[in-house]
Amino acid sequence: MNKPIRAVSIFCMFLFLALMANVTYVQFWKSDDYNTDPRNARVAEASYSRERGQILVGDKPVAESKKSDDRYKYLRVYPESGARMFAPITGYLQLGSQTGIERSQNAVLTGEDPQLFVTRLVDLLKGDTAQGGNVVLTVDPDAQKAAFEGLRDTLGPQGEGSVVAIQPKTGRILAMASYPSYDPNELATHDSAAASEAYQALDADEREPLLNRALRTRLFPGSTFKLVTAAAAIESGKYHSGDDVPAGASYQPPGTSHQIGNDGRGQCSPAKVTFATAMEWSCNTTFARLAVDVGPEKMREQAEAFGFNSTSLLDLQGQVQSVYPTGVDVPEDQDDGGGGTRELSLAETAQTGIGQNTVQSTPLQMAMVTAAIANQGKLMRPYLVDKVQTAGFNVLRTTEPEVLNESAVSAETAGELTELLVSTVTDGTASPAAIPGVSVAGKTGTAQRGDTVCNAGGKPPYAWFVSFAPAQDAEVAVAVMIEEAPDRACSEIAGGQLGGPIAKAVMEAVLKK
Amino acid sequence: MATNSALMGFVHRRRRGAELFLLVLALIVGIGAYAAVGLGVDGEVPTNLIGYGGWLTLLVVAAHVAVRIVAPYADPVLLPVVAALNGLGLAIIHRIDLAKDTGLASQQLTWMTLGVVLFVGTLIVLPDHRLLARFTYTSGLTAIALLILPMIPGLGTQINGARIWISLGPFSFQPGEIAKMLLVITFAGYLVVHRDALALAGRRVVFVDLPRGRDLGPILMMWVVSLGILVLQRDLGSSLLFFGLFLVMLYVATERPGWLVVGALLFFGGAAVAFRIFSHVQSRVDIWLDPFADADSSGYQLVQALYGFAWGGLVGRGLGEGMPQRVPYVESDFILAAIGEELGLTAVMAVLLLYGLVVERALRAALISRDGFGKLVATGLAAVFALQVFVVIGGVTRLIPLTGLTTPFLSYGGSSLVANWVIIAILLRISDQARRPLPDLAADDAADPDDQATQVVKVMPEWR
Repeated sequence: MNKPIRAVSIFCMFLFLALMANVTYVQFWKSDDYNTDPRNARVAEASYSRERGQILVGDKPVAESKKSDDRYKYLRVYPESGARMFAPITGYLQLGSQTGIERSQNAVLTGEDPQLFVTRLVDLLKGDTAQGGNVVLTVDPDAQKAAFEGLRDTLGPQGEGSVVAIQPKTGRILAMASYPSYDPNELATHDSAAASEAYQALDADEREPLLNRALRTRLFPGSTFKLVTAAAAIESGKYHSGDDVPAGASYQPPGTSHQIGNDGRGQCSPAKVTFATAMEWSCNTTFARLAVDVGPEKMREQAEAFGFNSTSLLDLQGQVQSVYPTGVDVPEDQDDGGGGTRELSLAETAQTGIGQNTVQSTPLQMAMVTAAIANQGKLMRPYLVDKVQTAGFNVLRTTEPEVLNESAVSAETAGELTELLVSTVTDGTASPAAIPGVSVAGKTGTAQRGDTVCNAGGKPPYAWFVSFAPAQDAEVAVAVMIEEAPDRACSEIAGGQLGGPIAKAVMEAVLKK
Repeated sequence: MATNSALMGFVHRRRRGAELFLLVLALIVGIGAYAAVGLGVDGEVPTNLIGYGGWLTLLVVAAHVAVRIVAPYADPVLLPVVAALNGLGLAIIHRIDLAKDTGLASQQLTWMTLGVVLFVGTLIVLPDHRLLARFTYTSGLTAIALLILPMIPGLGTQINGARIWISLGPFSFQPGEIAKMLLVITFAGYLVVHRDALALAGRRVVFVDLPRGRDLGPILMMWVVSLGILVLQRDLGSSLLFFGLFLVMLYVATERPGWLVVGALLFFGGAAVAFRIFSHVQSRVDIWLDPFADADSSGYQLVQALYGFAWGGLVGRGLGEGMPQRVPYVESDFILAAIGEELGLTAVMAVLLLYGLVVERALRAALISRDGFGKLVATGLAAVFALQVFVVIGGVTRLIPLTGLTTPFLSYGGSSLVANWVIIAILLRISDQARRPLPDLAADDAADPDDQATQVVKVMPEWR
């Protein structure tokens, strides 16, 4: 009987080999698939109850894990002083989901990141529970405070707006505020009923407090887009900052009966004005003409060089693309063919030149345009994560600034634009941002939402303000966007009047050091 | 009985010292794991570690001493391997207790105590495994009675769709676990007598010797019993186990692969029909094919187990760092998922190797056993063990459709644990008989060549 017993032995060996092969498949080959399966509540619950790393601004945590004695070991706490201010950046942690930095840096914060492998191994050998790494943000706490409180105090409790401040040389985001905001502690609480109730209330709020307007709200940039138009005009070689440019009380672009006016700014009425005057008084007729002169392709190229029609921020999810139109849809039922898209007409190009038509920008995008001009035309990739540390504050990685576009405009063009923008602050509409003793460059924007203006009963406009300082060696570039300020009179809502002081406060907060 | 090592002049050593050394290692695994659970979950060594470790040591030493006295030539590896498995199982059950706030580990320790007592008892009461051959038909009848017990209203309990439990007051008991051991004895006793008839008659069809029609009786009967278990008790695992066991023993007894062909055809035929007719079989197969299709209800258990295995990865989360309680019935059928999650692929491989060693040692005992009955019983017990491990671990890791069986020595469950300890005792008894040196008859009648060529069989002792 020994022969069949040997055969049975071999059969049994194959049974065991099959088991071993299969369990290797499940635990090794497939483990990543299973671990990243969104239905896998195990991973979510583990990362939820684990001691996550801190999110730091300067040396102060804006998110930290505190021991908790309920069913999860740790509670995520966003210190009260900065909870709402930093919420658009930090996001919040819930069972099975995170937003903001909590989400984008989840691997570091939970300690799963490969960079933390050695630390994890040491923890394992020492018998400690593995701790997540810390994430240090680029944000300047004073600038963030100035931005958030500026929005809150200027717009009133019902206001909506956003501020982004960038360090032009590096792309470090110094401030990213969105108003209204929310208290992430209400959403991160272990009381899941309360958390879900808080979420329902925030989600249902018409003012969208959960929305990070800095990268998710696209609006007409209005006159702040004239930076792009002026850049395209100077880059084309046809215009220079010292030249006279065409202006006029009104302009009727070719192929349309629609008139573009200057909202009553008489400084723009002569047929020719200096480029400085046109910028100082934000002459619509000038920039509409410049856009037509440069043509839609060059306009688009210039806008895209600054980052339009693409995304750039890697540290937070959800950045929406800012838009310079790539074409106009042709209706299907058109006589000559129909369907597809066509290039912008001159009339449409004229409107894009003053930030209307279908031009749309996020506050982050306008801050990038401003920062590139402030940085001799070199556009840096904006980033929020400065350093990744171990739980013991040893630096594992420091983000190196990355050039997004070596010359969005040439250094000469950037210099000329800076001159124009400095005079806009000293002598023009952007004067509210002037800081004594510092050379500030800035531009206002007041973008109509429809055809009607305030005194004709129209909706209040969107107000924008972009600026940087010191003009010759900029340390900070700011974009302020004001979407709603219902507590302010409609006629009060203008880029300079509302946005200027906020931008000034943010720049001062950065420069004070 | 072609190669009998004793005949080739090789004499097995007792190796009890080696067994003791391996047992110390096994105790380190069991007690160490128990301490690690306390450290991992509560951050401190369990307060009852001394008492627990002492009791475990006492049990293991008692088993060792019993083997040393009544089965000195028994295989030295089997006992340490099952002691390690049992110790690890206890630690994991303790871990799950802490997560679920239950007290199964102390119950399991009680069952282990009973198991070791029966282990020692079996070794003492059974000085020669051939005594079991006397109970061929008795044990067969008992096995069938045990299998029918759960069907009796008021006595049987349906748990998770399978009617394989009987309840007596506070105790519930799975008679199938005892039945599988009795069936091995029955098959061995029957086959050792009838093997010639089953082996020699038949005809050859395309390289395969097919058995005679009239000899198909027993295999058909076993097939019907297996199907009966499947249909009446809805117990897929036991059905597969009993039939597979019978096939293996039939093949070993007759040395004819033809039986395997017939058996496999019957098995697949039965399985195909069962799949068409029974919804519970269909749903098991559906879950196997795509557990994620219904990950929240029917596939939940398997999906959670797979997540657990994956979460453990190569080295595991560490004891106390995982969430084994997410898997329903993790303390019994799915205990390997808890091991995979907290101790990783490494530990799962180690457990599989330990099981492989048990099977290997059992088959080795079968190979060197000097009598046909011993060979068949050892092979049968090895096959039961291998098949059970394959069916349950294969099911838990989604190699084959899930069927309900316990993981030997690891899973929580008294009947299974006790039965497996008795199985190990029988295996030790067979290996003790096989490895024991032959009485030195050559010294008396060295001149008589006939005597030397004669197979020496030890005289069967009287039943005490």
